[in-house]
Amino acid sequence: MSVTALPRVSPRRRRTDKVMRSLLLVATLIALVPLVFIIYYLLHKGLSAVTSSGFFSTDPNGNFFGNPGGIRSAILGTLEMIALATAISVPVGIAVALYLTEYGKESKFANVIRYFVDVMTGVPSIVFGLFIYIVLVISKIGGAFTGWKGAVAISLLMLPIVIRSSEVVLLLVPSSLREAALALGAPRWRVMLRVVLPTSLSGLVTGSLLAVARGMGETAPLLFTAAGAFALTGNLGAQMNALPIQIYNDIQSPRNAITARAWGAGLTLVALVLIINVIARIASRRSRMA
Amino acid sequence: MIPPETTSKETTTDMSTERRQSDRTEAAAEAKESSAQDAKGHGVNIEALNAYYGDQLAVKNFNIAFPANEVTALIGPSGSGKSTVVRCINRMHEEIPGARAEGSVALDGMNVYEDGVDVTSVRRLIGMVFQKPNPFPTMSVFDNVAAGLRLTGARGINLRERVHRALRAVGLWDEVKNRLDKPGTGLSGGQQQRLCIARTVAVEPEVILMDEPCSALDPVATLKIEELIDELKDRYTIVIVTHNMQQAGRVADSTAFMLEGELIEHGPTTKIFTNPNDERTERYVTGKFG
Amino acid sequence: MEASATTVSGGRSLIERSPLSRLPDQVLQWTLTALAAAILILIAYFFIRLIGQSSTAISHFGWGFVFGNDWNPSHLIFRGLPLLVGTVVTSAIALLIGVPVAIGTALFLIEICPRRFRTPMAILVDLLAAVPSVVYGLWGVFVLAPKLLPVEKWFASTFSFIPWIGGGTVTLYNYFIAGLILAIMILPIVSAIAREVISTVPSEHKEAALALGATRWEMIRMAVLPYSRSGITGGAMLGLGRAIGETIAVVLVIGNADVIGKHLFNQGYSLAAVIANEFGEAANTTLYKSALFEAGLVLFILTLIVNIIARWFVSRGTRTRAAGAVMAGVAVDEV
Ligand SMILES: Nc1ncnc2c1ncn2[C@@H]1O[C@H](COP(=O)(O)OP(=O)(O)OP(=O)(O)O)[C@@H](O)[C@H]1O
Ligand SMILES: [Mg+2]
Repeated sequence: MSVTALPRVSPRRRRTDKVMRSLLLVATLIALVPLVFIIYYLLHKGLSAVTSSGFFSTDPNGNFFGNPGGIRSAILGTLEMIALATAISVPVGIAVALYLTEYGKESKFANVIRYFVDVMTGVPSIVFGLFIYIVLVISKIGGAFTGWKGAVAISLLMLPIVIRSSEVVLLLVPSSLREAALALGAPRWRVMLRVVLPTSLSGLVTGSLLAVARGMGETAPLLFTAAGAFALTGNLGAQMNALPIQIYNDIQSPRNAITARAWGAGLTLVALVLIINVIARIASRRSRMA
Repeated sequence: MIPPETTSKETTTDMSTERRQSDRTEAAAEAKESSAQDAKGHGVNIEALNAYYGDQLAVKNFNIAFPANEVTALIGPSGSGKSTVVRCINRMHEEIPGARAEGSVALDGMNVYEDGVDVTSVRRLIGMVFQKPNPFPTMSVFDNVAAGLRLTGARGINLRERVHRALRAVGLWDEVKNRLDKPGTGLSGGQQQRLCIARTVAVEPEVILMDEPCSALDPVATLKIEELIDELKDRYTIVIVTHNMQQAGRVADSTAFMLEGELIEHGPTTKIFTNPNDERTERYVTGKFG
Repeated sequence: MEASATTVSGGRSLIERSPLSRLPDQVLQWTLTALAAAILILIAYFFIRLIGQSSTAISHFGWGFVFGNDWNPSHLIFRGLPLLVGTVVTSAIALLIGVPVAIGTALFLIEICPRRFRTPMAILVDLLAAVPSVVYGLWGVFVLAPKLLPVEKWFASTFSFIPWIGGGTVTLYNYFIAGLILAIMILPIVSAIAREVISTVPSEHKEAALALGATRWEMIRMAVLPYSRSGITGGAMLGLGRAIGETIAVVLVIGNADVIGKHLFNQGYSLAAVIANEFGEAANTTLYKSALFEAGLVLFILTLIVNIIARWFVSRGTRTRAAGAVMAGVAVDEV
């Protein structure tokens, strides 16, 4: 019996198959087009701004004429706020994930938490900005608009990402390791601290970094909390500039020098986010090899 | 006889004199060690044990005595409740969500199921070795053996001395002495299992439970573990679950046969295998069902 | 002394629980549980405070805030239909364009693409999610909107007989541009969930189809799509939630006009955009500010409903814990 004896697919069906396969390929290519364009334009328009003198070493000055200044205060503000937001959301997020995997498990309460955390991921970032505005800005706790309030708003956004990615990673820790530690007579908290957390460390790092990358680019919540500023400040208790706010304001300017700065700042922001993504992937690859 | 075993036998004898001296100095620190002077384990008595998974009764009215410094083998077809019994002895059974046990498991007269009993202390006194070797992947060989002591917060002990002694006791010392700081997961399967036994021995329990410790190992590694068990019984009371009749015949002083959650027969190993009282035992050991 | 293994010299049992032995464990358990509960309380608290801040506008306009068509801040009239229409129209465009492309991408990557290209291609698609929304806005304002304007003009005049498309001026910033950018922005999440769902289709189903002599496409249609429909729907709903809530990219390219646009290529407004755009002006007017808070409240409730539905579909479609991670925007292969 030869292969040609098999019933053959009719030409019409074969044609449909070919057409549909090509359509799927086309869809994939279409999906990649925006990425290519965005990166192309960021480099095309942003590189000259980034390489202009003083771009990273001066602050925006608000002058109507002449050199509008660089993005130093924006970078510092972004780094400081994201650092504080990470310091809040990562420990809390991992703690809640630990609750879910080590104590709550499949209990009703744990599932309610999961449910709300999932729903929280869908809350628009601007709504988190409003929340913090209502709770912290209107009440003027420690000043009206401050960097730390921006950080709190961003940490709320990062929290569900940290919780759910950590939960997945903690679940990957084989239960045999927990059992081994428990059978040695270890109390539960030592099992978590010395066995569960170290074993899942790189995965936790990956999830946290992805949350950082996400939080870093958020603009909307900062508008009502940190509010932006020109001057360089390391003080989280004052109004604070950030890359996304700077870009948002610069886009709306009629001056070419300032919109050019927006492109430069955009390139810088995307570069930062991509670097963090790459580190996250390397960390996750390491965890898979271990 | 293969040379390494002879050496390991020698080191064990060395060890016991060594530990007698060291124990004298530490006797005040840890009362348990005072009992180690006579190098005797302590027996376990199970009375009227019922173990449940949710509503399912997996072990029914179980009564048995595991004599001190003897090896008792638990045999029976798959699903007969061997693992459940063993996990009830050190109260690991209750770690499974929905699982509970009632009855009495007495270690040297102390019922571990009594109110006010500290589970972690029970597990420290009754160690456990699992079917699949499960060294902690983030820890070195040394840290793995030390894990039990560190995880239980033991104080006032010479950690290094205890680890070396445990490694000698399981005959692993010569194989790993040059790689103590390498990951424990880098060892061969048989070495890993002996590492896990060393981890258990390092805590100096009274009883060691082994749930099919050799089923993931090749015949040579299995032989090593069996010889090890023979040595360990000088010091510990050992309960071993096995599917391998020859293994039970080689290592066990007495053997208990289980069926559908019930103890059918318990007697000297030779009797169980040659002349059992119960006809079901005979059918099982002769391979007529299982 | 008849030293037994289980008693110390004092006679106290070695396995007896000392009063403090379980304290650290209980402290930890309660701390973690309290933290988890705090999240619920926090969300509820925020929600109540947001309602409180909106109450002035709610009592002033009632349902008229949502369904009345007159957004006129200078007269302190806030009937937000133009905002709602903008949100609905742009999100609909985003779904219409984004979802088919996302599903196509997912099908291609999982079922057709050679294995060794799969991961790099998936990473590229996922990268779209890494681009911050303000950068999408930047690109939309300076590249996409001006470059597409001639095309839109040609399209609007050629197809002017279709309702909602032609018959008016085409503005630089409009519903369509906003919807298009949203489509790009939701593409990675919809695609990630679709990939996750499609890759869990049991291979027996697929092999059964192939064994019957089905072509690849017929196998996709017969075995893959029916099995993964629920999960993909959930993914699309999640994308919808993202589109509804997206602020910065939209505010930059929708035109921020407070009357309902006459057609697809006309400028408009959205619930999220109005908050970002007018918050500064509203600063000292209680009613104005309250109206913006109410816009936020409507947005919150809208996304909540959409996400609840989405979660239902996703958890039905995947039956894995991974669903949560995917919903959090973390594709599982990354973790
Ligand atoms: N985690 C669990 N949840 C529910 N039921 C369980 C669980 N583990 C075991 N069982 C049930 O309890 C009974 C006894 O199981 P057990 O694991 O003790 O058997 P076993 O004799 O160790 O079997 P094997 O030789 O296969 O290891 C079985 O009927 C099994 O289905
Ligand atoms: Mg078993």
